[in-house]
Amino acid sequence: MDLTRKLEILADAAKYDASCASSGAARKDSRGSQGVGSTGGSGICHSYTPDGRCVSLLKVLMTNACLYDCHYCINRRSSNVTRARFTPDEIVQLTLDFYKRNYIEGLFLSSGIIRSADHTMELVIDVARKLREQHHFRGYIHLKTIPEASQSLIALAGQYADRISINIELPTQQGLNTLAPEKNLLRTEQAMGHIRGKIDERHAEKRKPGAPKPPPFATGQSTQMLVGADPSTDATILGCADKLYSEHHLKRVYYSAFSPIPEPSSILPLQAPPLIREHRLYQADWLLRFYDFKVDEIASPSSPNLDLSLDPKLSWALRNRQTFPVDINKSPRELLLRVPGLGIRNVQRILSARRYTRLRLADLIRLKLQMKKLLPFIVTADHHPARLGLDSDSLRARFLPPPEQLELNFDAPPQPTAIDFISARSGEL
Amino acid sequence: MRTIIIPPDFDAWRTTARQLLAQSTHPDELLWSDNPTEPSLFSEPSPPPQASTTTPITVPPAFVDLARSAAAHTSEKRWALLYRLLWRLTLGGERHLLAIATDPDVRQLQDWCKAVSRDIHKMHAFVRFRLVAVDTTTRREQFVAWFEPDHRIVRLATPFFEKRFAGMDWSILTPYECAHWDGQKRYFTPGVPRSSAPDEDALDDLWRTYYRNIFNPARVKISAMQSEMPKKYWKNLPEAPLIADLIAESSTRVHDMLTTPERPAKPAPNNAYLESLRQMNEQPNPDHKTS
Repeated sequence: MDLTRKLEILADAAKYDASCASSGAARKDSRGSQGVGSTGGSGICHSYTPDGRCVSLLKVLMTNACLYDCHYCINRRSSNVTRARFTPDEIVQLTLDFYKRNYIEGLFLSSGIIRSADHTMELVIDVARKLREQHHFRGYIHLKTIPEASQSLIALAGQYADRISINIELPTQQGLNTLAPEKNLLRTEQAMGHIRGKIDERHAEKRKPGAPKPPPFATGQSTQMLVGADPSTDATILGCADKLYSEHHLKRVYYSAFSPIPEPSSILPLQAPPLIREHRLYQADWLLRFYDFKVDEIASPSSPNLDLSLDPKLSWALRNRQTFPVDINKSPRELLLRVPGLGIRNVQRILSARRYTRLRLADLIRLKLQMKKLLPFIVTADHHPARLGLDSDSLRARFLPPPEQLELNFDAPPQPTAIDFISARSGEL
Repeated sequence: MRTIIIPPDFDAWRTTARQLLAQSTHPDELLWSDNPTEPSLFSEPSPPPQASTTTPITVPPAFVDLARSAAAHTSEKRWALLYRLLWRLTLGGERHLLAIATDPDVRQLQDWCKAVSRDIHKMHAFVRFRLVAVDTTTRREQFVAWFEPDHRIVRLATPFFEKRFAGMDWSILTPYECAHWDGQKRYFTPGVPRSSAPDEDALDDLWRTYYRNIFNPARVKISAMQSEMPKKYWKNLPEAPLIADLIAESSTRVHDMLTTPERPAKPAPNNAYLESLRQMNEQPNPDHKTS
């Protein structure tokens, strides 16, 4: 099989992993070396495909042969997909060639599980070792790890990689039992806890005054959860994510709408990917991480799923009208962060400017804020929303999109607007 | 009204602005231009600014960085705005001015900085190097890229390439200025036409293979792609010619998936590792919480 054919198969096999981050790595670069590579700034998206996803890393599998039978996965052992396997040198060469042309930020290497977890991990680590030690590659490396691999191998992977990740896949063991019978939630979390320990350990050593620089270790771990493959509610999904952020300090939880695959399983019928739901989960995730929201404020046991037609912050504000209006000139930061249409950066700008000036609507317009969204919820030096407006039932209706956008038509999935997309990334709701 | 004509770069503006400020020149008395061939209609010939006095001018450090970045913007109004901000921050007595993001001048400064920073980011993303030769003595690979920035960002954007691609020789050609790295130093030459840069690289086909296969036809979001990769960049991206076909074929490809017969689950093969997993999974987890 030639290299082009292998690349076709093993890139196709890797595309269901949503992670593309190349930011947050330790600062390093190629100056003074014969190699190439740098990390440490914000990540760069070198291209975009028409699915709206960024192309930042060469994302491939070592092999798509796999012992496991995860029914959402095209590479499961029951699938009839063509199998292929890269040699370590082929991946090394592809990474370097792509990197030198500035197509990519680095390598995201994963693999189907062959023979055993340890054997597979050794193959993956071998590629990273060659890149770092033989070719002095200082670009970004993200390695997928297997929870059942031995701790020493996970530790070794962390020495070569900028990021390591284990996909949690589904938020409950019940879901895994049906769809990914080899996987185990508890073992995954234990492995994440172990990785967190390693990351923390290195941070602590770095801070010791006068101590020698500790060997490198990945600066973060991330994971991915499938959305819509099992009946888990948004409250369950967000609760699981929240736990991973707080207990294991994950940098990112990626949500991936289960989308049709070429080799459907009889256990998991194909359906339209719930893209809007995925988008709302990302917005909710941002509220948890940067806006001090709690899971039960966004999705509660009595109302466990997000409103698909409104962003979760606006939805919260409409359910909590007694909190509003918020005075732009007087309210504390935590309250400003609750205002629909105000993101973190603009809250900071408001706090800073109001020390010197009383803010008026014209000032907010100059910040290019979404005034239609803001006006019912704020007080400025020259504006107070009509009491009736905030109480009236028509307020929610005012923010609902036109009804045709709510239909999930599979042939033409609803397209988030550019603003939705930007908001999903920046968290500015 | 005096017209101040400077070369279009930040250091020239800074030197001139220092002298004008030392003379307490009010911004309303000045017209700024970086185009020596088009003096303004109402201008008087400007006497050369006198030698600078020794009065130190102190501005918030953030202003120097913002001004350097805004100076790379192509707006012809930038020199005047930068001087007005400098005046307001110093003689105007508004030392806290940069804290007021809602001030129209500050807003304009930040908008220009944002446009410049986005342009730099897109240059870091969309430059595509093409291998042109390998130096026979040093054995260093030599790469050339073509890029068309919106603003005058070559000097601001290229330290990144020096750090990232120290181990290879490279040139980035643009219509107004070119940057080069030879392993020892980064240097600049005047702009060149598009025809000076190579069109293709032997690896482009393999890159297109990757691009085609990493695309998921079951989740088409064209507006999301275009907001981050606007069409103006497409003509210099080797993968962009694939976009139209990928979109056109996506619904057929999804239809094929939906009409594929579902595959039954195959029994587990005889494998010691799978057997050990099965045994582990059957052990009750004492502290397992069902959520």
